[in-house]
Amino acid sequence: MIEITQLTKSFEDKQVLRGITSRFDAGMTNLIIGQSGSGKTVLMKCIVGLFSPTSGDVLYDGRSFVAMDKAARTALRREMGMIFQSAALFDSMTVLENVMFPLDMFSDMAFKDRLRRARTCLDRVGLLDAERKYPGEISGGMQKRVAIARAIVLNPVYLFCDEPNSGLDPKTSLVIDKLIHSITHEYGMTTIINTHDMNSVLGIGEHILYLYNGMAEWEGNKDQVINTDNERLSDFIFASDLLKKMRAEVTKK
Amino acid sequence: MFILSGLHTFGAYLRLMGRVFSRPERMRIFFKQCLKEMAQLGVGSIGIVLLISFFIGAVICIQIKLNIQSAWMPMWVSGYTTREIMLLEFSSSIMCLILAGKVGSNIASELGAMRTTQQIDALEIMGVNSASFLILPKIVGLVAMIPFLVIFSTTSGVIGAYATAYIGHIITPTDLTAGMQHDFTQWYFWMGAIKSLFFAFIIASVSSFYGYTVEGGSNEVGKASTNAVVSSSMLILFSDMFLTQLLS
Ligand SMILES: Nc1ncnc2c1ncn2[C@@H]1O[C@H](COP(=O)(O)OP(=O)(O)OP(=O)(O)O)[C@@H](O)[C@H]1O
Ligand SMILES: [Mg+2]
Repeated sequence: MIEITQLTKSFEDKQVLRGITSRFDAGMTNLIIGQSGSGKTVLMKCIVGLFSPTSGDVLYDGRSFVAMDKAARTALRREMGMIFQSAALFDSMTVLENVMFPLDMFSDMAFKDRLRRARTCLDRVGLLDAERKYPGEISGGMQKRVAIARAIVLNPVYLFCDEPNSGLDPKTSLVIDKLIHSITHEYGMTTIINTHDMNSVLGIGEHILYLYNGMAEWEGNKDQVINTDNERLSDFIFASDLLKKMRAEVTKK
Repeated sequence: MFILSGLHTFGAYLRLMGRVFSRPERMRIFFKQCLKEMAQLGVGSIGIVLLISFFIGAVICIQIKLNIQSAWMPMWVSGYTTREIMLLEFSSSIMCLILAGKVGSNIASELGAMRTTQQIDALEIMGVNSASFLILPKIVGLVAMIPFLVIFSTTSGVIGAYATAYIGHIITPTDLTAGMQHDFTQWYFWMGAIKSLFFAFIIASVSSFYGYTVEGGSNEVGKASTNAVVSSSMLILFSDMFLTQLLS
């Protein structure tokens, strides 16, 4: 479980996050949604510590990240996995080496065990036969799946995904969403996902936080999101004609 | 204003170096990385070093023989001057200037690309000290390889000079050999080697600094690699002056 309290973040004179308080529970997929530029990435970077928040606190199962010293933070990082918007695979390493990298760095397992663990994770995302390829030689969707395998190889407690399906076709997005969803439930991880993909919202949104202009505008789950009477949220959710039609039909019934 | 921003950059550079020089997490991986950088930065530069040094050695010899030497100068002058120029300046300082262009832009654009594609963030999230993990092997690798490049450069320059004798018939091999062996000071070789260690450190650390601190996209990566080459070249020239005076 991750809690954030009154989190703010400013860059020089520009305030991006304006006091966000929320709770992300374990064993479910927590979504942060909002328009481009609403501060989703900045919020996630504040949570994982790539940015230090201007004020407020982030609690990892009660442990305050802001108050931690460097060693404690490094230790906590071992419990985190993250999937970046651009996959961020190391392009000088093969797919298998990428997935093995966290093990090489942080585990004391024998080579054989590391190899087996990495292969298990690659198998979990269905990419065992691509293990010898380099990131430049596989498609964007495959890169994202490798990134997922790399993120879960150390059995993280917390999983972060920044727009895991940006730049992917709807079908591949669905595969990625399902994968993240089932892995989250399998291992009981606390998963936070940044997205502005409506399919994800309606598909795996077990807890949804809607950011508007750096503030937490609305919170709920995927069933509540369809029937929301929040103007800004429904403007955002039902921006496309298809979804508008769909909602009209649902309300008719 | 100019001085202030220079100081600011220097402070950021020092802070980064503070993070770079920390004990590597896994020695085995560190050594592997060092070997990789030695191959990429050092061995990968042998070709260009040999080529350029060969021609410069040849040209210096031709210039001195045809344009400077006159009847009242001893016959060994051409060979002697060629050897001393190669040893004292070319093989260390000028070669490092050339390497600043090749290796410096390579390092800066590699790290810059890693920054913009969030690979450095990915390392940080895993709890890896990305500065030390990425930069220290480059510094160690290049500093370890540079004395060998100096030796290759000097050797290739001497071979170039002999090519003017045997192939170009500009100078007789006897005169050239007499010059090459005239009044040899071993310290000159060591001076070049010592200077090159400093230059290698400048190239690797300054270029890494510009690449590692890129913010933005590929445009900024391009700028960073230009800045890396310009700054390390300037620093090499400045420090060359002081080091030469200090070591002479
Ligand atoms: N390092 C930074 N320095 C200054 N401003 C920044 C920085 N990073 C982000 N911002 C600003 O913060 C705001 C929110 O950016 P953010 O990247 O969080 O948006 P986002 O919701 O993730 O958008 P997208 O959906 O397009 O990824 C933007 O206006 C951006 O200009
Ligand atoms: Mg974003």
